[in-house]
Amino acid sequence: MVRNLDDLIVRTCSRIMVPFLQIYSLYVYVHGHTSPGGGFQGGCIMAASFILLAVAYDIGEAKRRFSERLNALFCCLGVFIYAGTGAVSLIFSDNFLDYSAWRHILPAGPVMARYYGIAMIELGVEITVMAVMVSIFLDLVTAGEQEAVLERNHD
Amino acid sequence: MIEYLLVKHSYWFYIAMIMVGFYGMMAKNNLMKKLIGMNIFQWSIILYYISIGSKKGGTLPVVITGQAARAADYINPLPHVLMLTAIVVGVATTGIALALLVILYRKYGTLEEDEIIKAIKQ
Amino acid sequence: MNRLLSLCITVLAGLLLLYGVEEFPRWGDPQQPANVHVSPRYIEKTLPETGVPNAVTSVLADYRGYDTMFETSVIFTAGVAVMMLLRRSRGKKS
Repeated sequence: MVRNLDDLIVRTCSRIMVPFLQIYSLYVYVHGHTSPGGGFQGGCIMAASFILLAVAYDIGEAKRRFSERLNALFCCLGVFIYAGTGAVSLIFSDNFLDYSAWRHILPAGPVMARYYGIAMIELGVEITVMAVMVSIFLDLVTAGEQEAVLERNHD
Repeated sequence: MIEYLLVKHSYWFYIAMIMVGFYGMMAKNNLMKKLIGMNIFQWSIILYYISIGSKKGGTLPVVITGQAARAADYINPLPHVLMLTAIVVGVATTGIALALLVILYRKYGTLEEDEIIKAIKQ
Repeated sequence: MNRLLSLCITVLAGLLLLYGVEEFPRWGDPQQPANVHVSPRYIEKTLPETGVPNAVTSVLADYRGYDTMFETSVIFTAGVAVMMLLRRSRGKKS
């Protein structure tokens, strides 16, 4: 049972807030090196922007921008980026998840290569956290029958 | 006795929150309220762990560039790191528990524990 | 009856924990055992070794990166488990 909320103030405010939420989540992710933040926090804020759309409008609004197929793809992509960043170190005969092996690819010293390696894995973490939070929310709210809810709301 | 009362009073708050969550898990009949009790229990443990790492006169664990870092100036970053993992595991547990509640409701039509046990035994 | 028993057990457990609080260190003590062993090394060496001023991020992603990788896979498994439990495909409505 998913109701349609028809309030003008809620819809207008959420429509204004969603792009700022997404830019803020990217800001929190990028500034994870020098101030509190990082991958998990940015991923939760980005998921909150999609959930705000689903709550204020229809479920279909969130799904039109972030389909089920893309959701499942992003779930796997984040873990793949994380493990892949660690596995590249194995190619250069370093330890697994030792980011200073990236100095053979990037033009940086061993210390700054660890800096960039941390940024790469935080990207993977952010993508996975965002996709899984949106997926769990949509599954719980529609009780699994996502296509049936969309059909019913279009009639 | 006076030192016990004045110095360690913050630990009493954590213990009170643990007991609230514990009572909720044991005594309530509705499955949703049991789940909320488990959640309160878990968050109070996370709060207690983070409070271990505080230091008197310490600041955020973001090292100021340009000077050598002394460990007594910054609070302990290790409990914060471990509790990030604990928070994520808590979210995963709560999500799956809610999915199980949806399936139970779909099958039995109620979320009260004694009615479900009676319906299972038939 | 159930509630009275639960209340008694809860109060008993609370009193036991309160008795154990006596052994805890002072709140905010820099010399307590949690602040002494390996975390001063993390705070002092985070800028020379990794170039990241934020000690929490460098410990989470570099010194303890293995734990974070498995935690990411834990949240991925939770998403898959909820999908498996709840989603019903179109063709077979029971």
